[in-house]
Amino acid sequence: MDDILYKEYILELYRDPLHKKNITHPTMHGKAVNQSCGDDITVMLLVDDTDRITDAGHQGVGCAISQAAVSLLIDWCIGKTIRELNELTQEHVVDMLGIHISYARKNCATLGYVALTQAIQLYERKNI
Amino acid sequence: MKDIRTQFTALSDTTNLVYLDSAATALVPEIVLDAMSLYYKKYPANVHRGLYDMSIEATQQYEGARKSVAQFIGASPDEVVFTSGTTQGINMLAVALKKQLTSDDVIVLTRYEHHANLIPWQQLASEVGCELRFIDLILTGDEKYTVDMESARTCIDAQVKVVAYSAASHVLGTIAPIQEIQHLAKAVGAITVIDAAQAIAHMPLNVKEIDCDFLVFSGHKLYGPTGVGVLYGKKEHLEKLAPVSFGGGMVETVSYTSATWAKGPAKFEPGTPSIAAVIGLGAAVKFITSVGWKSICAHEKDIIQYAQDVLGNDTHIEVLGPTHDTDRIAVFSFCVSGIHAHDVAEICNRSHVAVRAGHHCAIPLLKYIGKESVVRASCGIYTSREDIERLATALTEAKRIFSVT
Repeated sequence: MDDILYKEYILELYRDPLHKKNITHPTMHGKAVNQSCGDDITVMLLVDDTDRITDAGHQGVGCAISQAAVSLLIDWCIGKTIRELNELTQEHVVDMLGIHISYARKNCATLGYVALTQAIQLYERKNI
Repeated sequence: MKDIRTQFTALSDTTNLVYLDSAATALVPEIVLDAMSLYYKKYPANVHRGLYDMSIEATQQYEGARKSVAQFIGASPDEVVFTSGTTQGINMLAVALKKQLTSDDVIVLTRYEHHANLIPWQQLASEVGCELRFIDLILTGDEKYTVDMESARTCIDAQVKVVAYSAASHVLGTIAPIQEIQHLAKAVGAITVIDAAQAIAHMPLNVKEIDCDFLVFSGHKLYGPTGVGVLYGKKEHLEKLAPVSFGGGMVETVSYTSATWAKGPAKFEPGTPSIAAVIGLGAAVKFITSVGWKSICAHEKDIIQYAQDVLGNDTHIEVLGPTHDTDRIAVFSFCVSGIHAHDVAEICNRSHVAVRAGHHCAIPLLKYIGKESVVRASCGIYTSREDIERLATALTEAKRIFSVT
């Protein structure tokens, strides 16, 4: 039977994360560190002239939850506009995972999201 | 040691708890809770300078705790300063010792220090402009994860003014070769600061026998309450050091423009102390003494051997600590191949096995030994073989979920 947290697709994404790759010359990039374990995730995104994400990738180490979450997050980002990215919330990311995330694991689930927000902030600051 | 467990309410049968996080904070026995509760119920007055019965009682209990703690570490009561914990104690020292250091001096630490015995010295070194050196660990062979004494001999030269090291590592469990380090430090006239946060609950430490200048620890790792700790300093040092924080209770004379300091530990204890916690700590050291180091150490040895057998026999588990039981305390950090530490800890929690996962406030150490984050199971006087078995069962479950075979 499927585990309540470590569902087969979560474990699959941990073993074989989506879009775990480097992007050369990314338009946006951001990094986040999970203070409780020291894990870090870097996200890199390519943006075209219409502010649309054409490709994205992530790097770093993390637990099953953070690796699955960043996989789904980056997958979701591709094809979206920066505006759509800006509208994304932590809750959306937790929803994407489709599992109940306890208080203790919230930082794991949202590590990629924090890196993404960092990327957007850096990008927007640069383009003001 | 079986009866010990009944003295800890948190371990009552109804909780079904396997508590393996004593290195973070130890459970508190009833006798300590009672001592603190008695303060709040019977004599909840401020200490010192009260001329009524309740305050006199509070002062006597507070100073009585100082005597108990002093006796516990072989110090004299006027060498025992109460702090809020190890972290505050080290910070106080790093600030107070600043005047004695110049940019030509060197501070020596080990590679395995907790952030609390690293960052205050980093700050001091950067303010003074002096050098920080780190005693290496042996990272291969039979002596893996023990202190590299060759490195210690290289680090500790005539330039060294302070040697600050943990008596036992909170991650690796490694016991420092205290006498050897002391010998090297004394030979060059360096001040020695021992971070005993971990060691204090695992082995008898006598400051006079060790001949350290300072020794710090917290109450809550010693079956006492949080919010209280001890800074031991040799009398001659405490007399010489200037206080680092100021207020009521630490003065001899005060005018509108200046003040002189009280004698003894009071100089370093401005403001109302954590009275109940100090009294609780006093009860905790009496509790340890009543259990006796002989049985504590025998129990510790048994748990170390048992845990090393259980964890060491699993090819998927890498224990990060010395293999010889004489080189370590019962604190076991480990990695399970293919499973992140957080996931291991999460699955352990499902069967009420409380372990800690992460960098354990030793980020440089983990990088040094080439790990990202690790699981830590740390034991106390109440830890049973059954606890270790239940940990092993939880680890088996984690491996099943993650298909680690």
